[in-house]
Amino acid sequence: MAQSLERLRESASQTAGPYVHIGLTPNFCGIEGVYAADLGAAMVGEKARGDRIKVKIRVIDGAGVPLKDALVEVWQADAAGIYNSPSDQRGAADPHFFGWGRQATDMTSGECVFETIKPGRVPFFDGRPMAPHITVWIAARGINIGLHTRMYFGDEAQANAQDPVLARIEQPRAASLIAPRDGDTYSFDIHLQGENETVFFDI
Amino acid sequence: MTGKNPPSNLRPETGAFFQRDRAWHPPAFTPGYKSSVLRSPRRPLLSLDNTLSEITGPVFGHDILGELDDDLIYNFAAPGKAAIGPRIIVHGRVLDERGVGVGGALLEVWQANAGGRYRHRRETYLAPLDPNFGGCGRTITAEDGSYCFRTVQPGPYPWPNGPNDWRPAHIHFSVMGHGFAQRLITQMYFEGDPMIWKCPIVRTIGDPKAVEGLTAALDMQATIPMDARAYKFDIVLRGRRSTLFENRREGN
Ligand SMILES: [Fe+3]
Repeated sequence: MAQSLERLRESASQTAGPYVHIGLTPNFCGIEGVYAADLGAAMVGEKARGDRIKVKIRVIDGAGVPLKDALVEVWQADAAGIYNSPSDQRGAADPHFFGWGRQATDMTSGECVFETIKPGRVPFFDGRPMAPHITVWIAARGINIGLHTRMYFGDEAQANAQDPVLARIEQPRAASLIAPRDGDTYSFDIHLQGENETVFFDI
Repeated sequence: MTGKNPPSNLRPETGAFFQRDRAWHPPAFTPGYKSSVLRSPRRPLLSLDNTLSEITGPVFGHDILGELDDDLIYNFAAPGKAAIGPRIIVHGRVLDERGVGVGGALLEVWQANAGGRYRHRRETYLAPLDPNFGGCGRTITAEDGSYCFRTVQPGPYPWPNGPNDWRPAHIHFSVMGHGFAQRLITQMYFEGDPMIWKCPIVRTIGDPKAVEGLTAALDMQATIPMDARAYKFDIVLRGRRSTLFENRREGN
């Protein structure tokens, strides 16, 4: 026998269920007057540096239908590649850019749109630069534990080709993480299952 | 709203997170919970060592909180009114797997009213709405990870899965720790509820110990006499590896 490591175990996940909006986007679902605004609704301050872009996300089920009750959160670096987080000690982040956003998918179209800026490059743990990317997290009825994935940018072919994370994914699945650009809008369709199943991460 | 300042005087932690024990959490595909069938990834997850994108995460200051955000009995009620139902305090700590309190964690909760009815356009249960109950609340943990809110005990409710499935009474919890890899949504159940072990959503979890970890204990020492009983519910987030020997700094 040896001394116990005495670690606690992470609380087990449970689905967010169909009414996740009540807790996380109450104004969106008509519960007004409790919070002034839904948290994460605005990511970008007026003076934020960087290229303004829109990221349009859909989450599509195994029958090919976009989820109309999903909750999507995004987390990204600022235009210089710095995260607005105490755990990023490389320098000051843009004070006008929060880096985190939260949207419910539309109850009719199944889409949600994040108005944000294009992130800069962030180093991989070995120091090589990763291609610009946005971390995406999804919760919904039927999803037992939140799903982590990443969105890369369709107009960054050269950076994407050198990205150490994309390089670990066999082709053609890496393409599931690359969002095509149309004007100032990137469209990211996340497929939960099927032939085009998106790559999800155990991070 | 946030910034580089950690929520306490502690040095911010920059290590990677302990690996998640996927056998402890429910798997994605759980046919007993029918909604999971078309919404479960079928391919293996890609394991990825944490990079800055996962180690970092948004941190929220107390300035986002309104005075009644942590009091669901009053935060939606008309002036002079209160939500109907058994009044309870829910309190506890947010810890990480090392047993360290997680200060500055954002907790957001939502629940049905005392009759088991949600305030939501898709809700179809015949139990009535309570005009003075919205069903959402939030708080931020203190430096030692402790938190507290007041609400009414939610009722159980039927849901369309099997022909006669009911959810045990529960409160949904969303937790934001210090790193995006710690992001967690779970549910709190109530000690002694016989509905817990019958529920197909509870049963997506394989290990009964993991369910016990989601079951709050009646805590008569934390009640407010003549006002509210109390339940104690601790939440555990992923721990972090120490970076002590990776970037040793002066004074470390
Ligand atoms: Fe529920």
